Amino acid sequence: MGSLKPADANQNKGGFLATRADALVNWGRKNSLWPMPLGLSCCGIEMMSMLGPRFDLARFGAEAARFTPRQCDLMIVAGTLTWKMAEAARTIYDQMPEPKWVIAMGVCSSSGGMYDSYSVVQGVDMILPVDVYVPGCPPRPDAVIDAILKLQTRIERETPVRDLLATPVTEGWEEGTGRFKRQPNKSNPTRRDGEVAEAEVEAAQ
Amino acid sequence: MTVMERLATALAGIAHEVETPADGTPCLRVAHDGVRPLMQALKTGGGFETNTFVTAVDREPAEPRFEVVWEFLSVKHNDRVRVRMLSNDEYPKVPTIIDLWPGAAFFERECYDMFGVRFEGHANLRRLLMPQAYEHHPLRKEFPHQGIEPDKLYREWDRKRRTQGGQPS
Repeated sequence: MGSLKPADANQNKGGFLATRADALVNWGRKNSLWPMPLGLSCCGIEMMSMLGPRFDLARFGAEAARFTPRQCDLMIVAGTLTWKMAEAARTIYDQMPEPKWVIAMGVCSSSGGMYDSYSVVQGVDMILPVDVYVPGCPPRPDAVIDAILKLQTRIERETPVRDLLATPVTEGWEEGTGRFKRQPNKSNPTRRDGEVAEAEVEAAQ
Repeated sequence: MTVMERLATALAGIAHEVETPADGTPCLRVAHDGVRPLMQALKTGGGFETNTFVTAVDREPAEPRFEVVWEFLSVKHNDRVRVRMLSNDEYPKVPTIIDLWPGAAFFERECYDMFGVRFEGHANLRRLLMPQAYEHHPLRKEFPHQGIEPDKLYREWDRKRRTQGGQPS
């Protein structure tokens, strides 16, 4: 059957119960992504088509688009994000409960696209931690479905229960409330997080 | 009765110059003081009931630098007229026309936002497209197309969000 090599450090830390619980949690998360449709321009039309019956995102369990961030865990930034809109986009992202993921749909949200301009955010990764970038102007619905499938494989590899068990009780629980502290988002850092950290270091010096 | 004849009768006694550019639309040049009487005459005597647009031109390095342009349409007679006013001020001052054509209010706000033209008498001369705290007028010649610190306002907001108990992220 399996190899008799010693298990590595991570596996020792996890253990059978934790890894199986991880698999169950991840299975539930990846098959019930609820998108927050941030349709900012023409990509929004393709996204509607993707959610509709023709491309039928319901096959992958992600068709339940909600227009309140409180019920969503997948933000699809579909279209051109301007600096004026960036504050609203970031606020919506902050209001989404953890865990949460972001798809940058189309070139405008991935890199600014053709809008090399004073008013357009040159890639939403300047303000949001993006997990998957989808090229295209706009991308076909198939391409975004592919992005969601890629995100699902990414979610499969996450280790929520093992992270929970690895957190010391004294650090993990809020004093006197019986609540577990919010897990840090495991997504990529934004480009801006780096800049802000640098600025804080500079200010400290 | 052609446009030129109608204009000649309507604008009798008001200081202006008439030009006919290549596109054939009659074009009236007017000074700052002549704008109000000319506009009133166009509305009442000329029969131009529609304001098509209000905009400005940054003619740098030509002097005078700015040119404010209005265009009007007479649906009844199916003809147009353009009015132009030159100004060499850093922030040109121009009388508003929103009492005559209320639809011009948005055009004037946009023109203020993009060029910094101040419309005197406009009750609500706020920026239309850019954030209210924005410091520049993007369609001016000296403005670079990638902007001057385009993320400045977002940075300020973001710092406030991080330091004053915003949602952690």
